[in-house]
Amino acid sequence: MTAGVLALVLCVLCFAGFWLGRQEAVRIRSGGVQPHSLPSYYGSYVALVCGIPASLALLIWISAADSLVRQFVIAGLPDHLSALPEGDLALLLTDVRNMAYGRVPLNTARPEIVGAVEHYLRLGEISRWLMWLVVLALAIGGLLLGRRMVSAEFRARNAVEQILNILLIASSTVAVLTTIAIVLSLIFEALRFFAKVPVTEFLFGLTWSPQTALRAEQVGASGAFGAVPLITGTMLISVIAMLVAVPTGLMAAVYMSEFMPGRLRAVVKPVLEILAGIPTVVYGFFAALTVAPLVRDAGMAIGLNVASQSALAAGVVMGIMIIPFVSSLSDDVLNAVPNSLREGSYGLGATQAETIKLVLLPAALPGIVASVILAFSRALGETMIVVMAAGLAANITINPLDAVTTVTVHIAALLVGDQEFDSAKTLSAFALGLLLFVVTLTLNVIAQRVVKKYREQYE
Amino acid sequence: MMQPLHAPPNEAGVSALPRRVAESMMPTEERIGSRHTDAAAEARLRARYAAQRRFKAYGVLAIGVAIGALLWLLITLLSNGVTAFVQTNLRLAITFDPAVVDPQGNQSPESLAQGDFGRVIRDALRQRFPDAQGRVAVRNLLALLSSGAEFELRDRVIADPSMIGTTQPVWVLASSDVDMFRKGFFEKAADGGAGGRLNAQQVAWIEELAASGDLALQWNRLFFKAGDSRDPELVGVLGGVLGSFFTLFVCLVLAFPFGVAAAIYLEEFAPKNRFTDIIEVNINNLAAVPSIIFGLLGLAVFLNFFGMPRSAPLVGGIVLALMSLPTIIIASRAALRAVPPSIREAAYGLGASKMQVVLHHVLPLGLPGMLTGSIIAMAQALGETAPLLMIGMVAFIVDIPQGLTSSATALPVQIFMWADNPERGFVEKTSAAIIVLLAFLLTMNAIAIFLRKKFERRW
Amino acid sequence: MDSNIAPSQPSVPTVVSPPMLQNEPPAIAARTVNVFYGEKHALKDVTIDIYRRQVTAFIGPSGCGKSTFLRCFNRMNDIIETCRVTGRITLDGGDIYDPRLDVVQLRARVGMVFQKPNPFPKSIYDNIAYGPRIHGLTTSRKELDNVVEQSLRRAALWDEVKDRLSEPGTALSGGQQQRLCIARAIAVSPDVILMDEPCSALDPIATAKIEELMDELRQDYTIIIVTHSMQQAARVSQRTAFFHLGELVEVGPTEEIFTRPQDKRTQDYITGRFG
Repeated sequence: MTAGVLALVLCVLCFAGFWLGRQEAVRIRSGGVQPHSLPSYYGSYVALVCGIPASLALLIWISAADSLVRQFVIAGLPDHLSALPEGDLALLLTDVRNMAYGRVPLNTARPEIVGAVEHYLRLGEISRWLMWLVVLALAIGGLLLGRRMVSAEFRARNAVEQILNILLIASSTVAVLTTIAIVLSLIFEALRFFAKVPVTEFLFGLTWSPQTALRAEQVGASGAFGAVPLITGTMLISVIAMLVAVPTGLMAAVYMSEFMPGRLRAVVKPVLEILAGIPTVVYGFFAALTVAPLVRDAGMAIGLNVASQSALAAGVVMGIMIIPFVSSLSDDVLNAVPNSLREGSYGLGATQAETIKLVLLPAALPGIVASVILAFSRALGETMIVVMAAGLAANITINPLDAVTTVTVHIAALLVGDQEFDSAKTLSAFALGLLLFVVTLTLNVIAQRVVKKYREQYE
Repeated sequence: MMQPLHAPPNEAGVSALPRRVAESMMPTEERIGSRHTDAAAEARLRARYAAQRRFKAYGVLAIGVAIGALLWLLITLLSNGVTAFVQTNLRLAITFDPAVVDPQGNQSPESLAQGDFGRVIRDALRQRFPDAQGRVAVRNLLALLSSGAEFELRDRVIADPSMIGTTQPVWVLASSDVDMFRKGFFEKAADGGAGGRLNAQQVAWIEELAASGDLALQWNRLFFKAGDSRDPELVGVLGGVLGSFFTLFVCLVLAFPFGVAAAIYLEEFAPKNRFTDIIEVNINNLAAVPSIIFGLLGLAVFLNFFGMPRSAPLVGGIVLALMSLPTIIIASRAALRAVPPSIREAAYGLGASKMQVVLHHVLPLGLPGMLTGSIIAMAQALGETAPLLMIGMVAFIVDIPQGLTSSATALPVQIFMWADNPERGFVEKTSAAIIVLLAFLLTMNAIAIFLRKKFERRW
Repeated sequence: MDSNIAPSQPSVPTVVSPPMLQNEPPAIAARTVNVFYGEKHALKDVTIDIYRRQVTAFIGPSGCGKSTFLRCFNRMNDIIETCRVTGRITLDGGDIYDPRLDVVQLRARVGMVFQKPNPFPKSIYDNIAYGPRIHGLTTSRKELDNVVEQSLRRAALWDEVKDRLSEPGTALSGGQQQRLCIARAIAVSPDVILMDEPCSALDPIATAKIEELMDELRQDYTIIIVTHSMQQAARVSQRTAFFHLGELVEVGPTEEIFTRPQDKRTQDYITGRFG
């Protein structure tokens, strides 16, 4: 909360800076000298110089102070506590924090904890004071400095534009930073996992059973981390989804773009796109509630043994979700085929269907392949449908009527609920995440290359 | 000079008649290209048109499958969910004995909070059905009441203490089983019981209440003002809706400025070099990263590294912002590209700086498009579930979230949790929550379409 | 009245075809053809006869409607939704806008070569074989091979590509691509070949080859060429029609049009005063 108040104070200071800078420029102008830029640029300059360093300092404090305080608290703990294993230490600190915030009554039975809580509170107080001091000093210093810069010769507009330009560049790097953060966090945690479980076992092991021992003295429950069943399960469900989505999406796109009159298309296309706008959790519910029992009953009726959470049900529903994805990508691709090819074919007396089958689709093939790859990558990463409709049974099978599970299901299952951050079980989720990220990224890069080549071919 | 080489008009007129006669008498075989009009060609043509009709039929079938799936989904959800907006209530003649409900005897809220409202309701029900004797029968009878009925009644009395000491008919909430039976979701069993959860005796009581008009469906206010609960008749979506609201608020506040700034830089300022190439490729790839990976990022970086609170809309919003950023950037760039170069040239021609051209002309003209894209991105973020599971927004939270850092869940996550519950009452409530979610999505998309239509310009 | 007198333009002096053609009916006869693109009146009351085994050239400044008119002969305008054609065009006496007439059949009889070479992204062989295949003109692979070879020979391309028939048609040079497109049209054995500025995207050497080819082909086919090059019209055509602002201004033997134009606008155009 105190950070919020400070942010508010900062805003007020910025407005003050703007007003001061502007007033000064107006004063110079009324003195008969024409300043280089409009008064509002001088105001903006002062406001930016006042606000930017201070807000940066505030952000850094917000993100770093807590972990810093923790380090100090750990350092201040008695030796027998600071020597605890990482997981227990984290629990202890959580307790300390909860007691400090009054969420949990103070555990007066343990004086060392009480000491830690007091230490924590004191450090928090100091850090808050420091924050106010540093941020306000920066803001007021910036304000005074900016105010002194205002003069008739000072090129305020250029300076403001330069600052804005830097801000724009910084914004555009956020996406890159996000990617780097994803890669680093996945690799970092996955490496910790691979220190416990060999990479080869993870990639080629045939059993997935991540139940590690709850207590060290338990025996026989070391857990098995072979990802093969998850990979085959993911593949099976994704392939079923593609078998539904690709023919349907492609034919729908072809029909809409080549046969349907414009007015009807304007209605049907958005209706199909509703399918893409429905949240995946809704599909998951639909799959579990309606489709899976239907598939099971239909299977039973013809004497087949169908699992209640069959890969078929999850795959079909996922396929339905992906239909608009395939159809809108295919539509783009078909539209990119130059009209001259269509005319050339019609000019030879081909029917529309012949033109589509023999000229347009072959010409659009690279683009269609790329969109299928993109759709496949999306199916691989889809989570909610499979979490709700596929279950956790890690079977290696290609029978669509059996229950299988996927990589995403297990990432979700491993990380929902309480976690210990040093167990192989929890860390294995990051290894699975890394696997998923690498595969989908590779597929995307390939698809984008293909699309780019395809576009260039016709430009 | 009168066309010396040409035949005089009368000559041409004379020659015309015999020629036309000659033409009409010309045998068909003489005509070149008869192979395209002979009987064999006609037969081939019929076959080709049949192929075209089949091809078109596949297209119609594909569109039919997609639209059929959509309708199936929506109808399933609607038929399962609409009934949740009304709730079964019982009318009982309740005696508000001051000794029971007002232990301090001063009708103050503190005193009433200690009152045993459960007892007065139970007594009223037992009076209504004196035939229920014996422990089992009484337990069965009391099972008709919702466990939440007493709290609702208490709130009502606190609001109107004049009820104390009187006996009056009051509607109280029935249990979920009664509700399901009243709505016809339970089949009546051969022995007179229903749905395996109500026995014959209970069904008889319910039917007696219904016959005397003391059992009725009433508007389910609780559904819009409560949070989560263990009992399906007591759950509400408000907790999820507010959680989603706070999450989306953070998401929009972060993603929109950064997305627009990045789009402006990339579209208007960025030089063509390796650095900007990397950013572009990066944005495209980031848009296709599975959402669950963003959840892993949030868990590893924001929760573990920066120590932000678990289950908080703040973290959820940051994660969803990173996820929506590529979508917003791509949409905003398209909006900027749609601003015709002539506007820029005109502004440059008047001596505007590049920043002025962008801020004064291009940005205002592109803003409606950017807003539209952002609303659509927000709609996607609203339906997103998987990343929120990773950062702990999946807890059982009864309280309505109060701010950005209080523990909360989001509407789709709420749906996910309810969907996990096998009780029939939860199927209904899950479907109803989905209807609420879809209504929000529909509204957001309608706003986006409205904005697009309103600000659409033809250059 | 002679059929090649434009009845809508009585003021224009009568133009009569050369005597050698008098005793043969026209292959294509167009009567008061009007074309509209939505509100735009693109072609106004055009009446013309096209004779067999001749090259007829349509010339005129850009936007004069000559390409639009050409595309009426195989109803390529049908593809454009807003386009409307009125009047009557007959091919060998049959109305091509008759609703009972099949447009696919029509286009098999009236082949077309486009402004920009547009080979399909398939092999050279498959490009040529495309037409015969869809129309079912051949029954055996050998027969198809034969049609491909003959078509390529007729298009004077055989010697250049006979060893690489399986290479993509798009890998050929621009001039070769255009001759491939001509061979592709020939393979369907049409009666009429429409050429819409077939040389505008080609260099002079490739253009010369195509022009030579046209001269060869007119032994067997009725050819209509749209060109913006008056020299080309003069070189390859026997008859020339001059269009201006959607009207057919003048039609006659090429020599006549270029040496003794009847209309002031034709004269201005061929002497380079506009266009």
